[in-house]
Amino acid sequence: MPKIIVDVMPKPEILDPQGKAIGAALTRLGIEGFREVRQGKRFELKVHGEITDEVLAKVQHAAQTLLSNPVIEDVVSVKKTECGGNCGCGHAKSDQAPNGHKDLLA
Amino acid sequence: MTARIGVVTFPGSLDDRDALRAVRLAGAEAVPLFHADADLKDVDAVVLPGGFSYGDYLRAGAIARFAPVMDTIVDAAEGGMPVLGICNGFQVLTEVHLLPGSMIKNEHLHFVCRDQTLRVENAQTAWTTEYRQGEEIVVPLKNQDGQYVADAHTLDELEGEGRVAFRYVGWNPNGSRRDIAGITNARGNVVGLMPHPEHAVESGFGPDSVEGGRIGTDGLAFFTSAIKGLLARASS
Repeated sequence: MPKIIVDVMPKPEILDPQGKAIGAALTRLGIEGFREVRQGKRFELKVHGEITDEVLAKVQHAAQTLLSNPVIEDVVSVKKTECGGNCGCGHAKSDQAPNGHKDLLA
Repeated sequence: MTARIGVVTFPGSLDDRDALRAVRLAGAEAVPLFHADADLKDVDAVVLPGGFSYGDYLRAGAIARFAPVMDTIVDAAEGGMPVLGICNGFQVLTEVHLLPGSMIKNEHLHFVCRDQTLRVENAQTAWTTEYRQGEEIVVPLKNQDGQYVADAHTLDELEGEGRVAFRYVGWNPNGSRRDIAGITNARGNVVGLMPHPEHAVESGFGPDSVEGGRIGTDGLAFFTSAIKGLLARASS
């Protein structure tokens, strides 16, 4: 089943307390060498039927209105992804996008 | 005339009953409003209460702001109706763009619950006229996503226009920019703050004060301010 993936991150100038806490936990676990950790959100929208330009426009709109708050967050990407042919849904592997997805935010 | 002040209940609101009670104790008629009903029932002012509307899923206030009642409230607020957002209500007001900026998780990531001193920085809003400019008050504060953030330009604009309504005194409990606890819109009819004035309205149930335990009623003047303004407007 085709999906659209929306990635949202806190704006670079906004402090990310959760990312900071995760960074501190990594250090405590001895997993070191990272300057900063920032935590974002990933949304997966499964689509009825084909992913058309109209569907993508709707997702772009959703990303800017509900899924993110432009005061504190950036929509960093809106990507189309196929299942890759591995999930048993009968969807063929795409030759054009061998990695299974196509970045739609240039 | 008796002023009618509505309090909206969203799924996950917690302090709607307390806000209704505060409205009654201040001398107005308290009118329950419901998120799914766009009708404001002829109220003269609206309170968006604290709590965790929609479980704070996505972002605090992000889903509640699309409730049918919010469209009507935005129109009424733009027409000058007094609107007060407390805690989660403040978060809803920023998400719906009636107030600038946003709230993110407390800097230290802990949930905070304490009696908090605030300074009234603007005693001319619809909800603060019964305070003195610069007066210090104590009301409860309890939140997880209470860190007020906005870009430097917005913060300078708020400061320059006297739109910082309340500032934390003594301790900044959540890392809010410039110790901001509450702000107002340019017109002064929409006010949002993280602390909870509705929990400091009746002796015996309020914050501790130097005169005794739980006797603080510093929050009551939010509501009496609004009522006085509404009655003055009705009689003029």
